[in-house]
Amino acid sequence: MIAIIDYKMGNLRSVENALKRLGAEFTVTADADVIRSADRVLLPGVGNAAEAMENLRKADLTQVIRSLRRPVLGICVGMQVMCRHSEEGDCDCLNIFDSHVKRFVPTPELKVPHMGWNRISNLESKLFKGIDGGEYVYFVHSYYPELCPDTIATTTHGVMFSAALKYENFYGTQFHPEKSGDVGERIIENFLKSV
Amino acid sequence: MVAKRIIPCLDVKEGRTVKGVNFVDLRDVGDAVQLGQYYARSGADELVYLDISATREGRNTFTKLVERIADGINIPFTVGGGISSLDDASRLLDAGADKISINSAAIANPSLIDSIAARYGSQFVVVAIDARQMDDGVWRATTHGGSRPSDKELFAWAREAEQRGAGEILFTSMNHDGTRSGYPCETFAALSEQITIPIIASGGAGSVADIADVLTRGRADAALAASIFHFGEITVGDLKQELKRLNIDVRC
Repeated sequence: MIAIIDYKMGNLRSVENALKRLGAEFTVTADADVIRSADRVLLPGVGNAAEAMENLRKADLTQVIRSLRRPVLGICVGMQVMCRHSEEGDCDCLNIFDSHVKRFVPTPELKVPHMGWNRISNLESKLFKGIDGGEYVYFVHSYYPELCPDTIATTTHGVMFSAALKYENFYGTQFHPEKSGDVGERIIENFLKSV
Repeated sequence: MVAKRIIPCLDVKEGRTVKGVNFVDLRDVGDAVQLGQYYARSGADELVYLDISATREGRNTFTKLVERIADGINIPFTVGGGISSLDDASRLLDAGADKISINSAAIANPSLIDSIAARYGSQFVVVAIDARQMDDGVWRATTHGGSRPSDKELFAWAREAEQRGAGEILFTSMNHDGTRSGYPCETFAALSEQITIPIIASGGAGSVADIADVLTRGRADAALAASIFHFGEITVGDLKQELKRLNIDVRC
């Protein structure tokens, strides 16, 4: 069973729909026991990182997530809260990935939010099995995780940043695989079957 | 570099897409999900569904339709038309929309932008501006399909919308919309100087050259079009290949 963690950070429907299209069975939950017993755990999230951390604390899930030993995938803000610290609300995060989340500084040439399709390169994980460097995926964010030893994919928007991270059984994507067409579906399928 | 986006716009009336013709490989061009999937396969980066229903019944049908679209489409989509409250936005978010587009209601009640952005994030809020250049040269935001000038000047209103939390601006020139004579590229470029959020260009495209022009000289981040796709004059895929040949960064 796949568990999608519901911690009141935006709509989970698009992640649910992507799993449905792949024919995967899942449950949407905030129950620690259900999360601990799941084969795969998804931590989606849209919105503010500090608020996301606060919601995880309120739901008593920070230690639960850190203690998981089966594959976990954080998406967008779900990935950012798995980093060390975020400039958004100056908040300490779960400290799973050794990355700091910073804000893009807008210039006339650099639109913020970073919104739309951008290329992922330097792919270094089974998460990207069958996917070539240079493929496009869909991003929407104003804060980005810096490059670090856990980086398994990079993208450039003014600066080069971590498009995906991995530490042991923990994975994270700054982009939205559930909105990234066929490439995104392949990444989710890889997470379910190949990592 | 983030790629320039090509966004087909589909009008929906009483639950059915209108305007589409010439799709020989589609069983039902009136089916919003099938048409959207067709566009997604042909390379569309996002989709916009605009509800032009006149009745309450039509609006309810639209919400059901948004659920089916969300189930069946694996790229982002925006919905617009008749959204005038936080409740409307919540209903469409729950149905699975990635973004909502607000227009007249934001002019009547600018704090609507703040409340939707605060609740669901800026990425969820597209502010559409239908502006007309008046005889004195000033671009004025209009409501009711361009028929009523408001007190908002285009540039000031776009800045205000950004400050209130809009994630994107969808700008249509009512002087050009429907003329197929191209976009006012200088105005688009000037708008780009004033705000840092992405700008989607709409209204006026008659050719590939027009779209290339607004994405380069006009500095727009995305181009939204309806009739050139619906009438099968060019496919999204062919358009993107043409743009790529012109050295414009597109996903294809």
